[in-house]
Amino acid sequence: MASLKELQNRIKSVKNTQKITKAMQMVAAAKLRKAQDAAEKSRPYSDRISAVILNLANSMTGAGDAPELLVGNGKSQTVLLVIATADRGLCGGFNTNIVRKAREEIVALEGAGKTVKLFLIGKKGYDQLNRLYDDRVVEYISLKEERKLHAGIAQRIGEQITAMFERGEFDICKLVFSEFENVMTQNPTARTLIPAIAGMGIEDDTPGEHAADQVFAPDLNGAIYTYEPDEAGILRVLLPRNINTQVFTALLENQAGEMGSKMAAMDNATRNAGDMIDKLTLTFNRTRQARITSELIEIISGAEAL
Amino acid sequence: MADKLTFSLVSPEAELFSGEVDQVDVPGSEGDLGILPDHSPLMAAIRTGAITVYADGAQTQYFVQGGFADVTPDGLTVLAEKAALLSDVDAEILQADIDSATKALAELDGEAALAMQQNLDGLKAVAGA
Repeated sequence: MASLKELQNRIKSVKNTQKITKAMQMVAAAKLRKAQDAAEKSRPYSDRISAVILNLANSMTGAGDAPELLVGNGKSQTVLLVIATADRGLCGGFNTNIVRKAREEIVALEGAGKTVKLFLIGKKGYDQLNRLYDDRVVEYISLKEERKLHAGIAQRIGEQITAMFERGEFDICKLVFSEFENVMTQNPTARTLIPAIAGMGIEDDTPGEHAADQVFAPDLNGAIYTYEPDEAGILRVLLPRNINTQVFTALLENQAGEMGSKMAAMDNATRNAGDMIDKLTLTFNRTRQARITSELIEIISGAEAL
Repeated sequence: MADKLTFSLVSPEAELFSGEVDQVDVPGSEGDLGILPDHSPLMAAIRTGAITVYADGAQTQYFVQGGFADVTPDGLTVLAEKAALLSDVDAEILQADIDSATKALAELDGEAALAMQQNLDGLKAVAGA
């Protein structure tokens, strides 16, 4: 059995660990509130932009010259996976879950004979995926330098994706991130960015051919939309912006998810440390009492011997 | 005739305004638009400039940069890439934007240059106001 001094030291060190995890939990809780707030504030914009694109897509149906960003370029050979993870660890299974989702996607796509390219956002995902798929990584962005998420970051990433698409480097773009449901639940999700139509809740496995036919019509009471400039002109500006928005939303959801996950993980750690302290204290007291008892016995038997 | 227009101004970072108003003046890419209640459905790209909101006899101005105005029977929604209350716009940041736009303009040609010129003109107009 460990000596009393050793036990004392262990209890002290576990108590210190508990203090740290407790502090991290509180920091995460504060950040979570902010992140949730930001995610909620961005929601009206992304909802509206999706609705507007649906409107436009509907009126473009059958036009034949719909932009490739909207309906795809008719191919699906090369797939770009944009994988957004956190830059920090210590948040439970958050990053691992996203990476697992990404790996499922990669395996499924490669199994179907597609070429996969990876665009990684966030250090943790890079660390894990670069080890396995370093020949497929085409781009890596770390958000460590950014103190606060803002639309400009997403815009930079979005423009990069759009430029790659225009150079014909890939046919389909999917965004893998973690959807924030609540503090306990984050769902790793893959959402199609390009073609835009496929990412809007319209199930279609063959983008570029029938996707545009399935868009539902908005209710305009029979009135006809006026466009200024024309539909194509608006879509040309709107579609890249939609990508930026989707990326931004994904980053915000990720941030909220990371904080939620970290809070839960640190809460667990704090509780575990508490359990450990209880157990160690019990052993400590038992050992101490055992020692006192044996000392007493020694004294008493010594006195009896006299 | 509905006497009020439901108007909302949203940017990626926040919803700046949402409510009932009398009229909204929007700087459209092809010219300024005054949107009144019961406007026919319209979708317009907007250029850099100021949106004026008329509500209960008062006027509020917002600075917007890039985006869309979407009029449906439900009302007007302005999706702006950047938006802020005009009185909150920092003159120094604006000047920095003007400088970078001027620099960018020199490297562009064709349609992109036209768009950048429009952006620059809008920035200058707001800076002058």
